[in-house]
Amino acid sequence: MVNAAYSLALLPVVGFIVNIFFGSKLKLKGALFSIACIAGSFLCACLLLRHVIAGNSIEQSATWFTCGKYSFSAGLVIDQLTAIMLIVVTLVSLLVQIYSIGYLHGEKNSTRFFAFISLFTFSMLGLVLADNLILVYVFWELVGLCSYLLISYWYNKPSAALAGKKAFITNRIGDAGFFLGIATLFYYLGTANFREIAEKLHHGGFDPHIITIAGILLFCGAIGKSAQFPLHVWLPDAMEGPTPASALIHAATMVAAGVYLTVRSYSVFSAGNFSLQFVSYIGIITSLLAASIALVQNDIKKILAYSTISQLGLMMVALGVGGYTAGVFHLMTHAFFKALLFLCAGAVIHNTGVQDIRQMGGLFGKMKITASTCFIACLAIAGVPPFSGFWSKDEILLAAFNHNKVLYGLSSLVAFMTAFYMFRLYILTFTGKPRDPHLHPHESPKVMTWPLIILASLSAVSGLIGSPLTNHWFSHFIYFHPEHHIEVNYLVMYSSIAVGLLGIAMAWLFYKACPNIPKALAENYKPIYNLLLNKYYIDEIYDTVIVRPFLALTRFSFSFDSKIIDGSVNGTATVTIWISTIKAWIDKYIVDGLVNLTASMVGAIGIVLRRLQSGFIQNYILLIFTSVIIIVLLKLI
Amino acid sequence: MFGLPLLSLIIFLPVLGILILFFIPKAQTSTIRGVSVATTLVTFLLSLLILAHFNTAQPGFQLEEKLSWIPQVNINYHVGVDGLSYSMIFLTALLCFLACFASFSIKDRIKEYFIFYLMLEVGMIGTFLALDLFLFYVFWEITLVPMYFLIGIWGGSRKEYAAIKFFLYTLAGSVFMLLGILALYFNSAPHTFSIVELIAQNSLFPRLFQNIIFAALFFGFAIKVPVFPFHTWLPDAHVEAPTPASVLLAGVLLKMGGYGFFRISYPILPEAAKFFAPAIALLALIGIVYGAFVAMAQTDFKKMVAYSSVSHMGFVMLGLASLNPIGFSGAYLQMFNHGIITGAMFLLVGVLYDRAHTRDLNAFGGLREVVPVFSGMLIFFSLASLGLPGLSGFVSEFLSLLGGFKAFRLFTIISVTGIIVTAGYILFMIQRILLGPLNPKWKSLAEINTREILTLVPLLILTLALGVYPKLILDILNPGLNLILKAIGVAN
Repeated sequence: MVNAAYSLALLPVVGFIVNIFFGSKLKLKGALFSIACIAGSFLCACLLLRHVIAGNSIEQSATWFTCGKYSFSAGLVIDQLTAIMLIVVTLVSLLVQIYSIGYLHGEKNSTRFFAFISLFTFSMLGLVLADNLILVYVFWELVGLCSYLLISYWYNKPSAALAGKKAFITNRIGDAGFFLGIATLFYYLGTANFREIAEKLHHGGFDPHIITIAGILLFCGAIGKSAQFPLHVWLPDAMEGPTPASALIHAATMVAAGVYLTVRSYSVFSAGNFSLQFVSYIGIITSLLAASIALVQNDIKKILAYSTISQLGLMMVALGVGGYTAGVFHLMTHAFFKALLFLCAGAVIHNTGVQDIRQMGGLFGKMKITASTCFIACLAIAGVPPFSGFWSKDEILLAAFNHNKVLYGLSSLVAFMTAFYMFRLYILTFTGKPRDPHLHPHESPKVMTWPLIILASLSAVSGLIGSPLTNHWFSHFIYFHPEHHIEVNYLVMYSSIAVGLLGIAMAWLFYKACPNIPKALAENYKPIYNLLLNKYYIDEIYDTVIVRPFLALTRFSFSFDSKIIDGSVNGTATVTIWISTIKAWIDKYIVDGLVNLTASMVGAIGIVLRRLQSGFIQNYILLIFTSVIIIVLLKLI
Repeated sequence: MFGLPLLSLIIFLPVLGILILFFIPKAQTSTIRGVSVATTLVTFLLSLLILAHFNTAQPGFQLEEKLSWIPQVNINYHVGVDGLSYSMIFLTALLCFLACFASFSIKDRIKEYFIFYLMLEVGMIGTFLALDLFLFYVFWEITLVPMYFLIGIWGGSRKEYAAIKFFLYTLAGSVFMLLGILALYFNSAPHTFSIVELIAQNSLFPRLFQNIIFAALFFGFAIKVPVFPFHTWLPDAHVEAPTPASVLLAGVLLKMGGYGFFRISYPILPEAAKFFAPAIALLALIGIVYGAFVAMAQTDFKKMVAYSSVSHMGFVMLGLASLNPIGFSGAYLQMFNHGIITGAMFLLVGVLYDRAHTRDLNAFGGLREVVPVFSGMLIFFSLASLGLPGLSGFVSEFLSLLGGFKAFRLFTIISVTGIIVTAGYILFMIQRILLGPLNPKWKSLAEINTREILTLVPLLILTLALGVYPKLILDILNPGLNLILKAIGVAN
């Protein structure tokens, strides 16, 4: 079975390496090879899931490197949580890659796309398999790299290049906190291994404040990766990448890594005294913020991006209120229906060439499969029973209800807004009359529609594994406390259904029955409408408060370096030269001057004295006579 | 092997190359190049041979050679190798060999060029193998002269300024270093220049004496590293130096400073090392963050890489100041990795400059379309430079920070912001050169050629291998680092 785990992780690496070096010479520019690899991974994931369901788990670890007495190990762990994640990652990756054959048909460099997707799949699988925080951190940054590469896939587009950079740097900010969290745990508990951390915390005897800080620091990483407030700004921009990449990375898998990290290190969070609250607060703020923005956006991918942020926030709320199972459950169902929504959006964009839902309309007649699968996805995310999203969202609401009524109310509000904006999207896109006569949409090829159909089936039924119909199988499979009890609260369940249906009804009212209402609302509440439309101006605020001052500071540092620090070096040199010049002058005019003065005085005396020795005898007699007179006079005086 | 003095061989083999070059007429450029490549190749092979004869698990010096040189004052020709020096001579021999190919783009005064080039190699390898402080000083100074001429003759537009600045600045540092060495000599009993004996006597030096000598040596080493605020010679020297000289300057010469701390200052003056640790950590922190800030503001590609060195070498100082095995491993590994990665970055800057004749980051754009292989290489090494996991730079920065975190929590928390800014300036550089719409001026820019690719491939493999499996080199370094920690008296 361990071999299955290794093949699972290494097959996509093979796909990556082969594609990077020889991909362009292969069939379908390497797409087939890469799909074959990921299909192999998916089979391994199925085998492993069966193994785990049979009650086994795998843990293997080896020394990676040592520094003195400190040893760093690398290992993998396959338990229930891993098994589910492996299925989700490999399955969505497989379907997205098949879909991409059609989506990127005719694209010159599609080899690169498949290579990056393979690298991403490997990194994501590594992240899920890793048995310790340091190894998670390694793959964590690697998935971030793949995200960067795929966002700026169309690198000639300046906006794509900028979006990729923004995603990477924003994630790095979170990762800095993540690193400090790892360092704190590493020294405080003496290990970074998940099982050992859980065991040490289970035994007690730790300072909850330190564990709280460590948990919040770890969560910084999750805030970045799962696009939570205040680091959510990169995800809407990440929509610059090809839509299948958005579906896989920025909807289904990578952005859920933050949720996964929180789940994996749940022992740390639950041992702290404030960390879980922190998680739920960040989750609910993000969720409300993003859902409200999604209400008024017009770009189909942006709506889905904000929806993703909001749903991830909801998962965080679940984890924060102790809904461990609910969070993982929603992660799984969300992966299916959100990937489906993105792939549907991709099909629409691919076939119409526009992204603005105001230009669409009436696409149902032309794209029946896309429209029907999208409808199922909308029902799932809106929480209509028996579709998958209903069951997972219901569990989140239940957990919130049992824990904190305010959070429950706010989560219900999010659920309401979700149903509203999703059906707004659906109604404007697929129903009614075509609004733009220039569009000539048609259904996508089978290679694109089949993945939609499969994902739609999963979105429809995958929730049942957590429903009373299967006696809450999922809750018995994945849980944090072994003694947890499973309850059904009909109040929560019915109100959740009601909230979803109300949202759908309102969307129908606003965009079907009385299409003037939204316009009137926008007119009457212009400041609010503009605030939402401009995403609360958060990007602008960051630009003014952080980016510009930062760039100004870098320029200041450089001029400080050139003028002050290097200036003092050059100044020292200049002063040295001055001193040398002065010394040279002294040397020339004073030291040397004295020497020359002595010489010239000797010369001058010589000239005077030479006159005396003229050789005329009468001069000598005169000199002697004068001298005698002077001596006599001197004697007399 | 037959009792051959391997270490003397590797030090003086380039001298043999120089002697041969003397007898080759100036005009025979290909013979001159051939001899130089052959010399550096054999030197590199010798470094591998040394590895074969070197027991990596054994602490202490091996393959020692000791000859009396000036017996009146107890100066010996004493060389020996341990894991720390081995990793450095491997790096030196490899980079000298690879940069030799990059030297093919030097077109004038080729003979003199290669004579200086080989002389530089002698000095560098000698510095890393010397176990006698006097000998160490001699080799240390030997490196100055050829580098001065390499920059001053074959450099860019401000070459005279840069060369003189480099020479005088480092010379000023070495004067202090010499004073420190002499003070150590006169205060040891019996008077000795031997590093090994001085380490054995380290408990005899009083605290104040240690602090003063540490400060004196610090100037010599810190200027070389360079540690903030002694770094401003570096951007000028880098920018003006010809590509191969930049590679060796960043790849090896800076490491001589770090090596000096590890080999001399720390084990001989342990009390001072502990006393000055917070100050060094502070300078390291400033170097990391400030270097990254200044790099962010650059518009000259080469100057950006130069300032990135200031930032990256800050991690060496942080790990060093942490005085624990993790930090030490990180610091030393960072020296090695920085040599490989920044060496490759300078080679890539050279490749681009040879074709475009400009290094202005804003003059490019969209090059990924015309030069995909060059772009792939540049992206790879840039990612290594920003510390991407899986590539070598990550391991060393991670360990330096982890070690630093244990010793200086606040400083490390601030230093971590450096890795964010690093991502910023590296990706900004990639964006400006490779991404965005293609600047039509470079429509027919030539792709990186096979010679240049082959120069980079060994560095690429090392970067990847050490990133995935750092044990390869950490196992060589660990015994040596443990000995130093033991000499300092820090429990590991």
